[in-house]
Amino acid sequence: MRTIEQTTQEVLSLASTHFQVPAGSLAPEDDFFKKLGINSLQALEMLSRLENHFGIELPDYEVQGVSDFRTLASRIQSRL
Amino acid sequence: MLDLAKYPSIGAALKDALDQFADEVCLIESDRDREKDRLTYRDFKERAHPLAKALQDAGFKANHRAAIIMTNQSKWLISAYAIFYCGGVLVPLDYKLTPEEQWQLLKHSGAGVLITEYPIWRQLAALPLRAAATNLQTILVTEAPPNADLSGAKRWEEFRAAGEPSFVPRSRSDVATIVYSSGTGGRPKGCMMTHENYLEQCLALTSLYPFAPGVRYLSILPTNHAIDFMVGFFGPFICGAAVVHLRTLRPEYVREAFPKYKITYVSLVPLVLKNLQKGLQARFDTLPSGKRQVFNFLVGVNKALTKSQPRLALSRRLLKQVHAAFGGELRAIIVGGAFTEPQTLQFFYDLGIPVANGYGLTEAGTAITVNDLKPFRADTVGKPLPGMEVRIVNPDADGIGEVSVRSKTVMSGYLNEPELTAETIVDGWLLTGDLGRFDSAGHLQLFGRKKNMIVTEEGKNIYPEDIEAAFESLPVKEFCVFAANYIWPQRSMVGEQLLLVLHLEAGQSLTGELRRDIVARNHRLLNYKRVHGIVLLNEDFPRTASLKIKRNVLAERLAQQDRATAILEL
Repeated sequence: MRTIEQTTQEVLSLASTHFQVPAGSLAPEDDFFKKLGINSLQALEMLSRLENHFGIELPDYEVQGVSDFRTLASRIQSRL
Repeated sequence: MLDLAKYPSIGAALKDALDQFADEVCLIESDRDREKDRLTYRDFKERAHPLAKALQDAGFKANHRAAIIMTNQSKWLISAYAIFYCGGVLVPLDYKLTPEEQWQLLKHSGAGVLITEYPIWRQLAALPLRAAATNLQTILVTEAPPNADLSGAKRWEEFRAAGEPSFVPRSRSDVATIVYSSGTGGRPKGCMMTHENYLEQCLALTSLYPFAPGVRYLSILPTNHAIDFMVGFFGPFICGAAVVHLRTLRPEYVREAFPKYKITYVSLVPLVLKNLQKGLQARFDTLPSGKRQVFNFLVGVNKALTKSQPRLALSRRLLKQVHAAFGGELRAIIVGGAFTEPQTLQFFYDLGIPVANGYGLTEAGTAITVNDLKPFRADTVGKPLPGMEVRIVNPDADGIGEVSVRSKTVMSGYLNEPELTAETIVDGWLLTGDLGRFDSAGHLQLFGRKKNMIVTEEGKNIYPEDIEAAFESLPVKEFCVFAANYIWPQRSMVGEQLLLVLHLEAGQSLTGELRRDIVARNHRLLNYKRVHGIVLLNEDFPRTASLKIKRNVLAERLAQQDRATAILEL
């Protein structure tokens, strides 16, 4: 079982790969809309990648209003 | 289709539709690749009537208000129908608002009933704001887990009563819904829409885009939005068509839904339409050179043959694979909520997929103009719908002025805001605040806004005043938020942004610390409400005797600065 720290790091790593930003440039407290310059649709694409990576289903309502990596990671962690 | 002219209310029309189309499929609900539910109109009635009876037993009467905060799903429509059946007033609220904003609107609307989903209720109940919504007595929650703490709410699934509910008739002039067009900060704008507004709008829209049994509408735009309420509920239901709901709106599941359910119509906001365009273009770009040449040739042939009007059957044969990806039965994509760039509209039309673009606002009863496709014009928002009188107020030398509308579809007013209503509807004409002109063929072209606001590509109306609370007590002398195009008019409807105008204290400078404070506050706002830049002004803001900022005067002063250099990146 992953720890929340591991989950958070994997979320950051996947986001940096998917949106082609330098690894290490993202921090847990970052707002992914602002930091990655993405819109709501691109955020949904990222969620699909994360679901595949972690092998979970993350209902849309779970991520409603979430905009930082730390909260996103905690929502994923609760479903692992 | 029912003859809407003979009906006095939404409820009466829907009631007859459920009987007339009893055996037709009305709702399909899918979650990812799993179909969760499929209802006929008879099934729909069987689920709605026990709810209506339970509401009546709980004291819900004519003109009482009931709010719905739900994602798009069958229980949304079943609940709405039950409310109308009881003669109630529906208050559809946006599930994407923050819980604080939702409580504010629940309070403002005076709703006595709230119907919502468990995850939404969990967030609402976590805030100590319920006491302020003094009218709220009954809360129904759908899909709550077996052992969930409902915080005083009741389970929607168990809230039913035996026996037939009594149908409560309403007249055309009665208020049917209170729809919040925008504004959650200081001044919520609750548009009071009458039954007549909907009946007339439905008549006009279905004359251009007909629904019938067998037609399947994919409901993606939130149902609380005026467009989906009309074309994803009332319109299809009074024609016996089916509505498809997806519980997961990831792009891949939306794409799969088109061929899976042979979708006939879908409504999208410009952002999603542009994303579709991007995805299709990327696929076309990867075609091998030979295939690409053939494809481009076929697109050229399609363009030539559809110049005067769409020819769907022909386009489907010519560009078979493209149309197959959309299920092969798509008649039109309805786009709304915000301005769509002409090149995006043209892209789809050239592929033989008409995009029904138009122009409207909640206050006008959804659509004012729609492109009638005879011929297709990507550079305009179409001609006024039947029954709409549209005129340009105070046109300048180029014929551009404020668009105003008179029609049976215009709202009766803003809830609890007689002054705002009187400023917005003058001598029966709704002043839209948008700037436009008619071309020689009678098509409306838009050129920006007269009012200080923006509309995002996701279809969100944002008023600067509503987000200023996020910057309250910012350590500066004074501040104000503006739409950039209000200060520097662009004659354009794209690329709208909000700006934070700062008047610093004497000797103060825009330090890194101040910037970080602004960025942190900005991030607490939903992403589409954020400011994109800072403008500095080294003078006192003009104010009224009651110390309110004179925004128009301030905008004139700011306009003296050069836009390119005045806006500092955040």
